[in-house]
Amino acid sequence: MMDNDLTQYLDYALIAMLLAVGFAIVRLRNLFAVVMLTGVYSLLSAAWFVSLDAVDVAFTEAAVGAGISTVLMLGAMLLTARESEPAGQKRHWAALAVVAAAGAALFFAIPDMPVYGDPNSPANAYVGMDYMDRTPNEIGVPNVVTAVLASYRGYDTFGETVVIFTAALGVMLLLGFGTGRREDEEEDEA
Amino acid sequence: MSPHLILRVVSKLLIPMIVVFGFYVQFHGDFGPGGGFQAGVIVAAAVILYALIFGMEEARKAIPPVVARIGAATGVLLYAGVGVATLFMNGAGEPLNFLDYDALHPDQGHHTGQHYGILLVELGVLCTVASVMLAIFYAFAGRVPDIRDEDW
Amino acid sequence: MLDILIERFNYIPIIILMMTGLYVIIATGNLVKRLVGLSLFQTSVFLLYITIGKVFGGQPPILVDSGHGEDAGHGAETAAHGAETAAGYGADAAHYAADTAHYAAEAVYSNPLPHVLILTAIVVGVATLAVGLALVVRIRESYGTIEDDALNAADYSLETGSSE
Repeated sequence: MMDNDLTQYLDYALIAMLLAVGFAIVRLRNLFAVVMLTGVYSLLSAAWFVSLDAVDVAFTEAAVGAGISTVLMLGAMLLTARESEPAGQKRHWAALAVVAAAGAALFFAIPDMPVYGDPNSPANAYVGMDYMDRTPNEIGVPNVVTAVLASYRGYDTFGETVVIFTAALGVMLLLGFGTGRREDEEEDEA
Repeated sequence: MSPHLILRVVSKLLIPMIVVFGFYVQFHGDFGPGGGFQAGVIVAAAVILYALIFGMEEARKAIPPVVARIGAATGVLLYAGVGVATLFMNGAGEPLNFLDYDALHPDQGHHTGQHYGILLVELGVLCTVASVMLAIFYAFAGRVPDIRDEDW
Repeated sequence: MLDILIERFNYIPIIILMMTGLYVIIATGNLVKRLVGLSLFQTSVFLLYITIGKVFGGQPPILVDSGHGEDAGHGAETAAHGAETAAGYGADAAHYAADTAHYAAEAVYSNPLPHVLILTAIVVGVATLAVGLALVVRIRESYGTIEDDALNAADYSLETGSSE
């Protein structure tokens, strides 16, 4: 860790807030509060993304996670329920057992993970940095994330576009087109 | 008199700004953070704000749901079309590559083909993402809630 | 052992957040809150990827230096002298590349690859969330509840024909 880097304290503060919001989401039963806290959680993680140099990701997370998905969840909540039932004791302990086992397994794996901020770790040494070196010569776009997204991995992005198109298709098949003519149509059918 | 006068006035000022900011994010995506995904979500958010403030009927009048449906398909077709175009625009003897933007323009020195390709592809992404988010929002908002407001 | 954990401190809160999401998914019967738990889990996986791509003292992976300004200069130049030889372009490009390489040698950037992967994952995440919420809305309309115990009971009474 870099001792003279003051932004690490910002990171610690953001981590503490993320944990607090996460635990609050577990405890609360009012779905409105839960959904709003999910938006807060997304915004906090977006702030941490900025600190981690992922400005594009932070932008997307702030717009999508804190914006659109909160609106969608509020809309769905409006159509479903306001409160969630409290979890039964049996269920609580079963969940705790699963979580403890999975968490212990993940903690066991930590020593094998790359060191935080290490420029020579396997994750950072090969293809990612290769894109940094090649983009000025091959694409000529300053934002390397855009270059990789749209050009080197254009195939992937095409797939993602088709996926969200398919998601819209699925939602429209399930809920209708939202033309506001549902009642009339139902009367016609009846 | 509407109960949300301040909201209405402020959002009337804000919504064009949000859309302009969305397009800034779109076209500045090569040089700074941004791109089709973020811009699409921002443009959709502007319409969703309009729907929240002025009501679903007004929003449906401004942007009919059919526009969102057609836009979603158009974006995917534009993206795929760029890929197919690069297949056919390659010179004789060149390998045929889907989404190989260098084929779009002969000027290899300044990567003009790459710039065109990224621009077109990001436009397709913008179109799809904005339309899909809007279509999903319309689909949810078009349902009639059967919980009464007193239950809040 | 403690050293190993301290230099990998970022994974500890991320794992706790992941397990928080997993707990919400298992322990709550409410389908909307379960989707909230899924998105908690999802966001912590995003954090995991992005922290792996962080490089100490790095900048965001945007080549912001005179390379960009020079590129604009190229544009003006191209507009002025519409017809330049291919050789001239080549020399320009080589110059530009060398210049950018010079800056790239000085600046340290974080790894852009996780950013790209997670960028698309976020948008796909909201799309799948929307499909999940649509399913929940339909379940609410058919069954009148979104608690999974009540749903099981309704299914059971439907199968056995009994009222309870």
